[in-house]
Amino acid sequence: MRGLLPFLGHRVFRALIALWLVSTVVFVVMRLSGDPVPLLLPPDAPRSEIFRVRAELGLDRPLPVQYAVFLGNALRGDFGRSIHFRQPAARVVVEYLPATLELGLAAFALALVVAVPIGMLSAVRRNSLLDHASMGLALVGQSAPTFFLGILFILVVSLQLGLLPTSGRDGWRNLILPALTLGAFAMASIARLTRSAMLEVLRADYIRTARAKGLSEALVVAKHTLKNAAVPIVTITGLQFGSLLGGAVVTETVFSWPGIGRLAIQSIYNRDYPVVQCTVFLSAVLFIAINFAIDLLYGVLDPRVRAG
Amino acid sequence: MASSIPASAPAEALALPVDARASRGARRTRALALSGAAFVLLLVLVAIAAPWLSPQDPIRQSLRGRLAGPTLEGADGRAHPLGTDHLGRDVLSRVLYGSRVSLVVGFAAVVVGGLVGATLGLVAGFRGGMTDAAIMTVADAQLAFPFILLAIGIIAVLGPSFPTLVLVIGLSGWVSYARILRAQVLALRSREFIDAIRGLGGSVLRIVLRHVLPNVLSSLVVVATLELGRAIVLEATLSFLGLGIQPPTPSWGGMIQEGREYLDSAWWISTFPGLVLMATSLVVSRTGDWLRDLLDPTLRGE
Repeated sequence: MRGLLPFLGHRVFRALIALWLVSTVVFVVMRLSGDPVPLLLPPDAPRSEIFRVRAELGLDRPLPVQYAVFLGNALRGDFGRSIHFRQPAARVVVEYLPATLELGLAAFALALVVAVPIGMLSAVRRNSLLDHASMGLALVGQSAPTFFLGILFILVVSLQLGLLPTSGRDGWRNLILPALTLGAFAMASIARLTRSAMLEVLRADYIRTARAKGLSEALVVAKHTLKNAAVPIVTITGLQFGSLLGGAVVTETVFSWPGIGRLAIQSIYNRDYPVVQCTVFLSAVLFIAINFAIDLLYGVLDPRVRAG
Repeated sequence: MASSIPASAPAEALALPVDARASRGARRTRALALSGAAFVLLLVLVAIAAPWLSPQDPIRQSLRGRLAGPTLEGADGRAHPLGTDHLGRDVLSRVLYGSRVSLVVGFAAVVVGGLVGATLGLVAGFRGGMTDAAIMTVADAQLAFPFILLAIGIIAVLGPSFPTLVLVIGLSGWVSYARILRAQVLALRSREFIDAIRGLGGSVLRIVLRHVLPNVLSSLVVVATLELGRAIVLEATLSFLGLGIQPPTPSWGGMIQEGREYLDSAWWISTFPGLVLMATSLVVSRTGDWLRDLLDPTLRGE
């Protein structure tokens, strides 16, 4: 069996490779998209002015040099100045980050709080109406396109019932629908997985032993089953948290939520390269860091995975 | 999900001999998989027959008949069972025509992803060493990142066009195919008869066609079905963000986007294409699950 350290080393290496590949793709894609300078200057700007701005942005240097400079700066968190906001891109993105984190955490918390109890109940009351209804709903939740789910929520909850606001970010009431939309897929996946993990454990011999000893059903479920079902639940939960970041782009756009997902889309339309680069890079760092933390937690919880 | 098993099923099922229970489950799965496949076939037929099924021209505008609710006799004297949009176009016709975009992009993306993934998987399996390590590292890296962000960036830069869309959506799904083929090649490579074939001068192509592909065909069918569902949803998402199929060509994602501004006055513009998209996504992905249970139970849990 391998120790924890080599396991970690391997994971760190993989995370760094992933980060490097993502940043390289970002660089290539952004450079393919044409010259941003004409967007910055009035149409009648003299050629000398165009050359001055190009030099200022480093766009006159050979591509490999630009790439090296980009990687070096990225490592220091420097992505240049935002063309649209006229301040450092990193500062702009960091300003928008809290809204995304708030939305992500709320979605995640909502998903967990709803999904784990439902998954457990569905397993314990297998084939009951609750089981069929919630698992059917989970299947819909897993396959429903995020953006249309958001539209449906706005249509029914905000417009027809008038219960919650349709957009913006000024209070907890604004948070509910976006969090539900963003968390729906994770909620569905976690509920299904919790159910199957619980069912798996409920079949185990030691559960039969616990029951035979005369322990109450509640105690069997709470103490013996949940603890052993926790490992797969933690794993899928971590994976889901990472993929929430991808869903944030769509959810933030639907609900006009001022986070980095919406910022990325707007910056693409503005051709604001530095901000797009910084957003994608920062999301990649976040995503990889989260997966890394989950791997770590998994390795601690279940020593068997270190061998694999 | 509606289930045909009554609430007392577990007790009954326990009383049955094991193989009887299994075959009952298998029969049910087969029926479900077939009905899912029938749904996809029906969708294909609808897409092909859209010009004959549609009551109206999907891009014909009518200012007099704008924003009409579902009606059998609109202000323009025509029936609009699903209403009209902000330009007076018939929503039903647009939903029917929209299936063409979804299916063409979906199937094309599956073909692109399948070809690229299969090729890379075979190369990784046969070459091994650094080539294998490089390909699998890229695969890991791609999975380690929310691809939609990159897809959005790439399409925004290259401009939304049909080939770009197919390429980006297709490439977002190559990893699963590559893994399946690579694993099969690795499993075969250790077998002596492969060495024998090569020793006798048999080509790699022959090995692939005669020994690798037949072994993974069912896995590929399952993955392709699941990928089709994913591709259709991704196309709709990109069209919704304005990065997919451009107007006036009707696409479900684009229609949902166009109806967004009229949600409080004309809910039907977004809702109907959305419901059809949701149903399609659900049935196609369930079909993938059923096919997996039927053809290849070992894939379960991936």
